[in-house]
Amino acid sequence: MLLTDFIIFVLSLWVGFEVISKVPATLHTPLMSAANSIHGIVLAGAIVIAATAHNAVGYILAFVAVAFAAMNVVGGYVVTGRMLKMFKRRIAPAPASPAVEASPNGKAAA
Amino acid sequence: MSGTFNTVIQLIYLTAASCFVLGLHMMNNPATARRGNQVSVAGMAAAIVATGALVIHGGLIDATGWIVIGAGILVGGGLGLYTARTVKMTAMPQLVSVFNAVGGGAAALVAIRDFMTVGAGVGAATSVPTVLDVIIGSVTFSGSIIAAGKLQGVITSAPVAIPGARIVNLFLAAAAVAAGGYVIASPGMIALGVVIAAALVFGVSMVMPIGGADMPVVISLLNAFTGTAVAMAGFVIDNTALIIAGALVGASGGILTKLMADAMNRSIGNIMVGGFGSGDTPLAVEGAAGASVQSIAADDAAIQLAYASKVIIVPGYGLAAAQAQHEVAALADLLESRGVDVSYAIHPVAGRMPGHMNVLLAEANVPYPLLKEMDEVNPEFARTDVALVIGANDVTNPAARRPGTAISGMPILDVDAAKSVIVIKRSMGHGYAGIDNELYTNPKTSMFFADAKKGLAALTASVKTLVG
Repeated sequence: MLLTDFIIFVLSLWVGFEVISKVPATLHTPLMSAANSIHGIVLAGAIVIAATAHNAVGYILAFVAVAFAAMNVVGGYVVTGRMLKMFKRRIAPAPASPAVEASPNGKAAA
Repeated sequence: MSGTFNTVIQLIYLTAASCFVLGLHMMNNPATARRGNQVSVAGMAAAIVATGALVIHGGLIDATGWIVIGAGILVGGGLGLYTARTVKMTAMPQLVSVFNAVGGGAAALVAIRDFMTVGAGVGAATSVPTVLDVIIGSVTFSGSIIAAGKLQGVITSAPVAIPGARIVNLFLAAAAVAAGGYVIASPGMIALGVVIAAALVFGVSMVMPIGGADMPVVISLLNAFTGTAVAMAGFVIDNTALIIAGALVGASGGILTKLMADAMNRSIGNIMVGGFGSGDTPLAVEGAAGASVQSIAADDAAIQLAYASKVIIVPGYGLAAAQAQHEVAALADLLESRGVDVSYAIHPVAGRMPGHMNVLLAEANVPYPLLKEMDEVNPEFARTDVALVIGANDVTNPAARRPGTAISGMPILDVDAAKSVIVIKRSMGHGYAGIDNELYTNPKTSMFFADAKKGLAALTASVKTLVG
């Protein structure tokens, strides 16, 4: 069991290195924030320990763990979404002005 | 636990893990990144629901357990939702630090609680990841809180030199490891308590001496730690979803840590041992008086910009500190409407966390195709009429190309290749590295002494009045 888990761990590290090294620097903050939300999966762990709690200490520890993890996962995903929403290719219809000159530039840069 | 049921849960976890990988993969392009985040959310929801089913199926949970879970999700989720909705983009590094803290803390608690339940009979296959999880999780928890405090300005962002700090750090690390070894050899709550205490104090003493400008590295490193702690928690409770997700985050944090350290020309070890300065120190120190510096007035600078055909804006942390991202975007819009080709050159460490400057500019409605990375933009400077440097210092210093300076070898933006350079800066102060910037004494360079926000507003006004 431990060996299987370890194999999964190491292979996941490699997948992580592969996938993340392709993310452009422009998106590094949302990337870190997204990674942050993903480690909110610890909520699953917190739920598992809450299931075996049957005394005050157990309940308190489980409550703190669940609250921490829930804050992590909810906050992480919401703020990542908020950031990514701001990344726009070009702001909607440019005001009717010499902006016509600017739009081919935008296309060329993309 | 019946075989079929367990298989279904494992398959859902596998789906969730695939969603995480796919979600991260889709972040390689701003056009698909939002969808990527949604894919990741879907995976997370599936994993959490599956875990709920697992717990019900296990039959061990009591009513109070459900109340605890519900209350925890309400309180934690509510706090997370509120902070995520209200946080300012300039405060993003603090928020990421807080999420690292709670994630690491939760991971440590999972292992602590599991250790209390299983007790003394635990084998090395569980006790080793337990100890690693508790150490890494606790260090992340306290270290991230200190980092957030420094970023928020609650704790001084200057490096805090505690006499004999390195000895204390070494002692604390040794104490945590030794107590951890004892826990593995002879499992007991007291030894685990020592591990927790030593690791918590170590987290504080590790981050306290690190200066504000090194924060991109510290946050990335703590992010990697959190991921690793979560993976260890996965080993402890034998949960593959935690192992895979934790490893992905560990890898991402590791890569970003390396990228940030390289971009600052420092080794990770050097930063962790304590910074040589802080980027937050006020730029009051006078530069070398020997070399002559040309200063320029707003009107002259505005005319240069307005009649240029290509302008590259080089924003640094000073721009974010002055909250001038909207002013720079307004000036760029005005220039673009006159047909000037405007783009932004972004150094990897421009900001307080990896990629921070891009988020700030995106918030000011700068279209992302205009945000250029260092390697992409450097060849363009030679074709550029005016490079407008705002609040960036060391990352533009040509001295980095020569050996023998504090920043030698650091990758820089080739601003000095532009036909002319305008620098908006409050005074002839030093940057983080504490050395003179040779760009400022270059005959092509004009210094526009002003606060970034007011200076940019003045430039925009001048362009409007002078050239309409």
